[in-house]
Amino acid sequence: MRLYQTVLFSGLISGCLLGTSVLVQANSNVHEYELSNGLKLLVKEDHRAPVVVSQVWYKVGGSSEYNGITGVSHVLEHMMFKGTKKIKPGDFSKIIKENGGRDNAFTGKDYTAYFQLLEKSRLEVSFEMEADRMRNLILPEKEFTKEIEVVKEERRMRTDDKPRSLTYEQFNSAAYVNNPYKNPIIGWMNDLDNMNVADLRQWYEMWYTPNNATVVVAGDVNADEVYELAKKHFGPIARHKVATLKPRKERKQLGPRRIVVRAPAQVPYLLMGYKVPVLRTVEQDWEPYALEVLAGVLSGSGSSRLPKILVREKQIVVNADVGYNMHAKYDEIFLFDATPAQGKTVEQAEQAILEQIALIKKEKVSVAELDRIKAQVIASDVYEKDSVFYQAMILGTLETVGLNWTVADEYLQRIKLVTAEQVQQVAQKYLIDDQLTVAVLEPQSMASKMPRQSNPNSNRH
Amino acid sequence: MLNQKNFFIFFILVVIVGGLYALSNRDDSGSTTRSEGLNIDSWQSEKGAKVLYVFAPELPMVDVRIVFDAGSARDNGKPGLASMMNLLLDHGAGKWNTNQIEERFDSVGAQFATSALRDMAVVSLRSLTDEAWLEKALDTTAAILQKPKFVAEELERERKRVLVGLKNQKESAGALASIAFYKALYGDHPYATPTSGDEDSVKKISLDDITAFYKKYYVAKNATVVIVGAVDKSQAKTIVAQLVDGLASGEKAPALPDVQSINKAETIKQDHPSKQTNIMVGQEGKIRGDEDYFALYVGNHILGGSGFGSRIVEEIRENRGLAYSSYSYFSPMRKKGPFVMGLQTKNEQAEEALKVLFETVNKFIEDGPTEEELISSKKNITGGFPLRIDSNRDITEYVAMIGFYDLPLDYLTSFNDNVEEVSVDQIKDAFERRVHPDKMVIVMVGGEAKTGQTEESKNNSDSDKK
Repeated sequence: MRLYQTVLFSGLISGCLLGTSVLVQANSNVHEYELSNGLKLLVKEDHRAPVVVSQVWYKVGGSSEYNGITGVSHVLEHMMFKGTKKIKPGDFSKIIKENGGRDNAFTGKDYTAYFQLLEKSRLEVSFEMEADRMRNLILPEKEFTKEIEVVKEERRMRTDDKPRSLTYEQFNSAAYVNNPYKNPIIGWMNDLDNMNVADLRQWYEMWYTPNNATVVVAGDVNADEVYELAKKHFGPIARHKVATLKPRKERKQLGPRRIVVRAPAQVPYLLMGYKVPVLRTVEQDWEPYALEVLAGVLSGSGSSRLPKILVREKQIVVNADVGYNMHAKYDEIFLFDATPAQGKTVEQAEQAILEQIALIKKEKVSVAELDRIKAQVIASDVYEKDSVFYQAMILGTLETVGLNWTVADEYLQRIKLVTAEQVQQVAQKYLIDDQLTVAVLEPQSMASKMPRQSNPNSNRH
Repeated sequence: MLNQKNFFIFFILVVIVGGLYALSNRDDSGSTTRSEGLNIDSWQSEKGAKVLYVFAPELPMVDVRIVFDAGSARDNGKPGLASMMNLLLDHGAGKWNTNQIEERFDSVGAQFATSALRDMAVVSLRSLTDEAWLEKALDTTAAILQKPKFVAEELERERKRVLVGLKNQKESAGALASIAFYKALYGDHPYATPTSGDEDSVKKISLDDITAFYKKYYVAKNATVVIVGAVDKSQAKTIVAQLVDGLASGEKAPALPDVQSINKAETIKQDHPSKQTNIMVGQEGKIRGDEDYFALYVGNHILGGSGFGSRIVEEIRENRGLAYSSYSYFSPMRKKGPFVMGLQTKNEQAEEALKVLFETVNKFIEDGPTEEELISSKKNITGGFPLRIDSNRDITEYVAMIGFYDLPLDYLTSFNDNVEEVSVDQIKDAFERRVHPDKMVIVMVGGEAKTGQTEESKNNSDSDKK
């Protein structure tokens, strides 16, 4: 419930975890089109404000990568701003800015996406430039040489200098063995050190083609007019062969795994997670919804069990959260993260979480808990319409991970149908010791390894 | 399962090409309206709270935000007090304990939050307008505002949690840099201390402190109430009455002291076991309603406030690949908030990056922006207006800012005109008068900080070990 409290139980996970469904909610008014070159277009009309968001989603991301080139999707995302035959390096963003807009891009495990937010009459500016960089990227060596350093700085900032992020990264590489979710989206530093323009060019050729892209537009627009505009700009791009990936289905885990991460830090930290299916991989498609409800019973708001029992009543942890993303491409992790309270240990935190899991398996959750989650989903369904960007995100994610966007429309109804028995069943079936991975951050001294330098000019490197 | 949370999470899960652009938006302001003009209605509540109301009927929901002049600037020698009090507000109130309060909000899908900044203490509620659900959310919020219990056990538990949070904060070079920066910049001014306090000060906060703070500052005359949503004016009046008529009338908080200009450069270096050095450079900046507000705003947009294309990002990132995130911003406050330039870069090139940062700002002050840059920035700012207020969340935030800082109600609608009026000469003049690179606080926190063992660095590393 506390959306912005000042004190910071940092992080990575406490953020990334509540991750139950990036994608809550219903999306009527969505218009779907497909161009003859295979490009998919989704338009959501929303006339509340004279703005439009335009997003181009490519079905490529961290999980498309393999050893040696991890991080290539993300580096390519950066290089997409470095010029085409028509647009000079850096000019893409400048042109959007001159049009009163904002732009950026993001890379996830299963997608790479580019977006612009604009006053509604400027949509064509976005389409024209996105169509251009879909096939005409130059990838100048000179720009790459600088940009790869920017990405390394980004990695240092996001991961290397954040003990909890580091622990999460190590957790993933322990939990997965042969599935690409084991690798960080931003890539291993060693792979970044050895990346070259040829890697990027190849990656671009493999994935950047209209038949591997979804354009999502939301805002104060007319769907058919957007379709015409899309045909005009994206229509002329020829279809290309898209790379195919081997399935790399994660092999069955045969027992619990435990790792320790030692890094300079102040506060210990616990991550524990179980392999679970997602909508795309599951046989019984009610199961992900039951896992979603289970996540909501345990955490995500003030009255859920972990904050209520472990934080406030037993005071074993200062925070504890659960995350589950049912809209991933491959099997996911039902992940717990916790920070022990003063004088408590990670072992005690783990034990307390295991007790809560045991309780869920033993006794059905209450009607009040189910009702509470349903109320929250009903409310979120309205709240999320306050953001056109978020609405477009939902559509783009679903389409790109290989689910249909209509899955969003079903969400509310499917959550309402989840029973207490089903919540119990998924806990019994999936939250089992054999599928568990645990990572513990063991804080090491924060003192610098090198003694303080008294000579202001000395420099180790 | 709450979508706002998910939204943030999303940004954590993925990796974004642009730097910490949000930082540069602190100084932003919007304008115009959804379509024809943002209509802010304003009045005083019976007990003297300032009310601002915007009718937004499109979605069946309402945002309520109550802002008190009760941020950490009111800590009065007890750093962390305002924040702790604000945190405890919903931990038991009226006839309900913490669990019951949480259940009441959750059962109707309402989102309740509190937070404290330096100037403001904020209480916010988002609820559906369904009658029964809204009523339950409002009843609960009213009790929280008017009858908080401030129970000893709750204080002890939250204190321990905050202490762990403060300890955790020391893992971050960025957090440490910010603490050191404010301390050096603000000296004896109440803005000097971190909003959450420090470990020593938090340990000393007593229940009496909490209660006294609440009684003094959480009063109607010290409150701004904002309502944005699908409620008509008479409903809005009812909501206001329900929430704040039960508060004591009280007094508006007294004026804060003025910020003293710093009169010499100061460099603070702290060792930290990080690969990057976090650099923050700056000085006192501007106030809300500042006479140079727009010249500095537009100027900073060009200097380092608008991501790609702004000079600092071009010089640091685009031309040299020195950092992922680099920026400059003014953070306008009741009294002069800071002007900050910053970046993070690997330790080995920290000095080089710092040099480039200074070269960039010096050149900007000397020559001013080019006419082309100014035109381009104006196009971005004015053309992007609709984006700034395209959600109830944004509107609520802006209107709260307008109300709290006593800005004119047409602040948003006249914003474009004010931006258009800014000239190259005005920017140059304002920066020359107001920004002094030779008298700035420079903070560098990172590995291998090649410290000259200055007094400052000793002090900081000592306090670091407390």
